[in-house]
Order: sequence, then C-alpha cells, then structure tokens
Amino acid sequence: MEKVIENGRNIIKIPLKELVTTAMKERDKGTRLAQACASYVKGRYELIYSFADDYELVSYKVTVKPDEVVPSISSIYAPAFTYENEMKELFGVKIEGIVPDYNNKFYRIEQETPFLKKGGE
Amino acid sequence: MGKRTIVPFGPQHPVLPEPIHIDLVMEDETVVEAIPSVGFIHRGLESLIEKKDYNEMVYVAERICGICSFMHGMGYCEAVEHVMDVEVPDRAKYLRTIWCEFSRLHSHLLWLGLLADGFGFEALFNECWRIRERVLDMVEMTTGGRLIASVNKPGGVLKDITPDMLKVLEDNVKIIERDIKKVSKTFLNDYTVKSRLCGSGILTKEDAIKLGACGPMMRASGIEVDLRKNGYAAYDDIDFEVITSNDCDGYGRCAVRIGELLQSCDIVKQAIAKIPEGDILVKPQGNPDGEFLMRLEQPRGEAFYYVKGNGTKFLERFRVRTPTFANLAPLVATLKGAAFADVPLLVLTIDPCISCTER
Repeated sequence: MEKVIENGRNIIKIPLKELVTTAMKERDKGTRLAQACASYVKGRYELIYSFADDYELVSYKVTVKPDEVVPSISSIYAPAFTYENEMKELFGVKIEGIVPDYNNKFYRIEQETPFLKKGGE
Repeated sequence: MGKRTIVPFGPQHPVLPEPIHIDLVMEDETVVEAIPSVGFIHRGLESLIEKKDYNEMVYVAERICGICSFMHGMGYCEAVEHVMDVEVPDRAKYLRTIWCEFSRLHSHLLWLGLLADGFGFEALFNECWRIRERVLDMVEMTTGGRLIASVNKPGGVLKDITPDMLKVLEDNVKIIERDIKKVSKTFLNDYTVKSRLCGSGILTKEDAIKLGACGPMMRASGIEVDLRKNGYAAYDDIDFEVITSNDCDGYGRCAVRIGELLQSCDIVKQAIAKIPEGDILVKPQGNPDGEFLMRLEQPRGEAFYYVKGNGTKFLERFRVRTPTFANLAPLVATLKGAAFADVPLLVLTIDPCISCTER
C-alpha cells in the first residue's frame, strides 16, 4: 500500500471556475482546510489548497493570470481568511470576498507584494 | 445588547513572549468577538530561496523559530528528499526521531511552565523549566547546540550519537520521565489548576474540524490524528498510541500535552533500543525538480513544508504553514463567550508561536 505521506506528491490541477465548487464538495465530505499557499511561477500565480481527512490529504492547484480575480473560499471554510489575506498581501493575488479582509494590513509590511518576483521570473 | 467596548490585548502582554494583538469586543466582562492581527515580526524568510541554494536553506528553515528549530529543519529536508527521491539511511531516521522527541519534550515543558506562570503558580513554573534544562543539556551534548541543533541536511544528518552518549541519554530520559510524572500530578489534580482550566475555552469536535484546528488543540477535542502515524523519520517502527481527550477545554489540552511528554520519553527509549548501525548521510544527486507537500507533527501540531524545485540549485518556492497559523481561527472561536480574566490563559492553551506563524 502506498504510504499516506506520498499524498504530498499528488496535487490535482483544476480550473479557476471549479475552485468554489471543489471547496464545497470537500466541506460536504467533512474534510478540514489544512493549508493554502501561493507561488508566482513564470508570470502566473499557482494557488494550492489542501484538505485533510484524518491522515489523508488531497491538494488542488489553480493557475491564474495576475489580473484574474479569485473568489474567496472563506465563506465555505472560515479559517481560509488567514491564508487568503497572506496570498493577497505577499503576492498580490486578487482575491475577492475574504471575510474578514485585512486590506493588505495582515502582516503590517511596508513593501507592497514583496514575494511577487519582478519581471515574472 | 449591552454597551460594547473594545479592549486591546497585546502585542505586549505578560503571558505573551512574542507579539500578537487581539481586539477584544466586550459586553461587560464577557468577550463577544475577538479580532486577531499579526505582522509585528514578519521577516519574509521564505523569500530567501532567491539567495540561498537548497542545501543552505535548511539553516534558514531552522531559524524560523527557536523552539521548533529542529523539526523545521527536518521538515524542509524531508520535503527536499521526497522531491529528489533520496532514501535516507535508517540510522539517520532514528537519530531524527530521537531529536524530534527531545524537541517535543522541551517545547511542551516550556509551555507547561508558561501556563503555570499564567495562572500564578510560580513554583510549578520553576519546576517545569528545571526539568527542561536537563532536556536542553541532552540536546547540547548530542548536537552542540541547545536550541538550534543544525544537524539536518538533505540526505540525512550531520552528527551521530555514540553508544556512550546513547547510554547517557537513556539514563537522563528516565530521570526526566520521573520528574514529569511528579509535576503532572499537580497539573492534573490540583484544585486551583483545575478551577482555571476545566470548562474554559470549549472547542467541540465539530468546530475543531470546521475551523481547521491541529495538534494538541485538535486532539483535546477528541480527534485521533497524530501525523507521526504517517510514518516519517523512524515512526513506522515505533509503537505508540495517539493521545486524545474528550474534555474539549483548556484542561484537556493540558492533559494531552502531559500525556505526550511521557509518550516522548517512551519513544526515545524505544528508538535508543532499536537504532541500527550504519551511515547517517547520503549525498543527493542533481538538483530538486518537482514539488512536494510534507506534513509532520510539530509539538504544536501539524506543520506543512511545500517545496517546489526547477532543476537548479535554487528552489522556485519554499513555504511553511505552521500549527499556530492554523490554530488562530480556533483561538478566536474559543475566546467568544469567555470571561475577560480567562483570555490570557486561553491564548496560552493554543501554545502560540508567533515567530513560526509570521516567518
């Protein structure tokens, strides 16, 4: 049997339009939001959302352009607000509908979107 | 609805070794809403991947936090090892397991001391930190550092523990175990301790899942999840049960951590008895190319290490999600309805680590 730890290798790619419905399906299955994070790779954002059911972990990756608006899943998973505020403030991901939205004051940093690599690389 | 006032809690507060600010919306002496804000010590450590190669990044990972230092280094290394398909030598896995449990011992003892200090039990605080000194002495003896061990490297560990040292470790673990049993009686049975912890900060099993709680916070709500059961390091070969409590309150969180302290002593003894001979380090070939999400059980709960490599010696992305970050939402939930006087203790019961949270 494949060790559960290998779940960390399986990241399922989904389109942006399926993000909210996927989160709703995961909530209905009773999983918890384990983590969400952003990366900026070759001029695109890669957003990874991981859901855990005891030891099992399933992760979804959404790739979005910098000007695309990403819907918040904080109305589906309340703790998503911390992850989404972080993505918005450090990377500049345009996330709409975060509850509560700290309006780029989550980390109280002076530099705007410090993790967004200039030039797209 | 009564008159509402907002009382600022932190970032400077006697129970907080690190800064976090919470706006407490109060009706008389009761908290009706809590709004947390962090960001006082954000250092942007993850962005150092642009300047440090994947071998050097382990030293950055270890410096995310002084308390969780060893496990941050190990979590990062395990993630890189999975990306590079590196099979770590068995002896290195056992050494990592031993040091992991010493990290858990010193973290939980530190927390117990702070908790005792939080409710004004100075003698108990001193006793917990006295026991912790012996734990740190053992870490120093085996690694050379008391908090930042710097023994992890992708491919294994840099230092071995000699048979003589293993004997000293075993003898000292027995003393530590004896001392923990003594203080645990006070924590679990003393009237004044129970009066402060029992029934405070209720987090039901359903809320723990809904709010994404992790670690002792989650296990004290009756959820039997301990990521050591996933089998990283040498935990596959170690016999242990997940410690839970159905109390769902501050007392339950304290009881789970005390149970885990005694369990850590047992795990160290098992690892010393089973540790195989052999190499402690293999050299990874090439550079990381691919991505992996590593999860492990820190003393404070589930930690994530996301590593994405692009075939060069510099990583594309390194991301750490720490347990306190996940426990912020459950903390806010437990504060609602709490008495103002209980707020400091409730904040303590998640065992907050703000350096980890903000990185």
